[in-house]
Amino acid sequence: MALTLSIALTHLRNRKRQTLVSVLGVAMGVGFFIAMAAMMQGFHIYFINKVIDVWPHVTIKDEYRAAPLQPVQRLFGGGVVTLYGLKPRDELRGIKDAESVLDGLNRRNDLAAAPTLRGQVFLRYGSKDVSTTLVGIEPQHERRVSHLERDLVAGRLNDLYSAANGIILGEGVAKKIGAVMNDTLSVISPAGVMLKMKVVGIFRTGITPIDNFESYALLKKAQILQNRPNVVNQIRIRLQDVNQARNVARSIEARLGYRTESWEETYENILGIFVIQNAIIYSTVGAILIVAAFGIFNIISTVIHEKTRDIGILKSIGFEEGDIRRIFLIEGLLVGLVGTLLGWMLGYGLTRLLGTIRFHIEGFVTAQGFLLYYSILHYLIAGGFAVLSATFAAWLPARKAARLNPVDIIRGAA
Amino acid sequence: MTMLLEARGVTRVLPGPLPVTLVRDINLSVEPGEFIAITGPSGSGKSSLLYLLGLLDVPTSGAILLEGRETSRLSRSELAELRLKKLGFVFQFHFLLPEFSVLENVMIPMKKLAQESEQNMRARAAAILEQLGMTALLNKRPDQLSGGERQRVAIARALANQPLIILADEPTGNLDTKNGRIVFDIFKRLVSENGQTVITVTHEPQLSVLTQRQVRLVDGGIAGADQQV
Repeated sequence: MALTLSIALTHLRNRKRQTLVSVLGVAMGVGFFIAMAAMMQGFHIYFINKVIDVWPHVTIKDEYRAAPLQPVQRLFGGGVVTLYGLKPRDELRGIKDAESVLDGLNRRNDLAAAPTLRGQVFLRYGSKDVSTTLVGIEPQHERRVSHLERDLVAGRLNDLYSAANGIILGEGVAKKIGAVMNDTLSVISPAGVMLKMKVVGIFRTGITPIDNFESYALLKKAQILQNRPNVVNQIRIRLQDVNQARNVARSIEARLGYRTESWEETYENILGIFVIQNAIIYSTVGAILIVAAFGIFNIISTVIHEKTRDIGILKSIGFEEGDIRRIFLIEGLLVGLVGTLLGWMLGYGLTRLLGTIRFHIEGFVTAQGFLLYYSILHYLIAGGFAVLSATFAAWLPARKAARLNPVDIIRGAA
Repeated sequence: MTMLLEARGVTRVLPGPLPVTLVRDINLSVEPGEFIAITGPSGSGKSSLLYLLGLLDVPTSGAILLEGRETSRLSRSELAELRLKKLGFVFQFHFLLPEFSVLENVMIPMKKLAQESEQNMRARAAAILEQLGMTALLNKRPDQLSGGERQRVAIARALANQPLIILADEPTGNLDTKNGRIVFDIFKRLVSENGQTVITVTHEPQLSVLTQRQVRLVDGGIAGADQQV
């Protein structure tokens, strides 16, 4: 209603400085929220894309989730069975019948699977020893499940075939050991086998743990090194639809019995940290907005205190409680809305500013500055929360004002 | 014939550990075009009675009838609507909105009623102010006016929606004798020229004699018979 609006505007205009402070409070809350959300979510999205890009979506491992039950436990499942000095059978590790599992998987058209033998080895070059995870792969399968070929900064994937004993090092591994292309290293496995291998490639994924600790060789060579002929201890799977990873992992695990992890499970710890990070960000920014809401509460309470007489006369003229309440709600809403608009601009500006800052980070991932993500959703959430808290902050004093009894005001003044 | 405004056995008690009786058993009838003064010593319940008659307060017992219609069962918003349409108030303090001009202050009740165009409201408010000799001050702020001028604007505001009754609570309480006299002359003129009904509370005998009828309150009750002039 035009009349209530004009009265509300007049109140705000007559308290310019207080209004400005309240508006700025809201604007800062909204602005910081947007900038922080862009930063956080930018990093999360970059990280998840990287992981999805580099890491297999589903990994079948040669292990079981639970230790195998002893026959006596299987027989007396409900009873109390205690076994002392149990010595589990020493089974040969590895995925049994990996060949046919792979065939079965590769016949599906929603995924690609590749066999892997992962194991720790020592690289020795000159006087340096570096421990690395050697991943035995078959390039023609590997191509379809990872972007190793694309991530190569030197050499080619096919060189694994052409060189006698080729090895592809992570960039960090190469740096640590001080080897460059075509250098020949000694590779020693815990099984006691030693091979001379030639560096035929160097890769960089941008994910530090991979670049610093992994190397690739042909599956056959890895099997020789580990002294585990024909053994495959991981099957790595890439899906067409990443979101199906959990389901696919669950169904494979149910069928094969092997522990099968989706990328979400593999990175559960880090994804969990993201959740905590988000909670911290949202509560920090929420606190800013709550402080802003106190500002609004304060200004509207002050206005109501000052305008008690006006409220009295307006009510005696015939303004209803709803009209009075609306006047002050509109004031809160206006502060919230104007603050939101300013905050949107501030947030966009801050995000752009952050985008211009260049620096090199090498934590879990490698990047050249803040990874920012612009989302209309951030703006809507921040604006919605700001307007809501502003309205609520105004509603409390507004309700009090609406309930004032005109007779009390007129008597009190007279 | 139905009275314009009627009080039947109206009693108002302020509740509390020590209840205070503001007015007791008031019977009063107001006919159209009457100019009534409610007089009496301080604390006799003059203002309380006026608030009850003006539907600002609700009696503890008894009934207030406006145009023959019982008002005690109406909701607060229905009472507010009646005040807006049928009643106009003038208080001891002018209670003008300080941020709005004289003209805008007079237009506020019209805008709340929202039954005519902005232009009409403006013209009508200006006409009412002109009648009260305020033409030169239309665009002034209340704080640029003298006390007497402010009170005249308050009267103009009370007249905005062509009320059945003007209720004034010590309208001259803050004015000097000359300005008090002007206010009463305005009331008198409204009564004689427009047939306006006016009820005013005053404790100044030299002003109350200007009215047609005086109701004297003592200790919350009407003392003796009305004095008709």
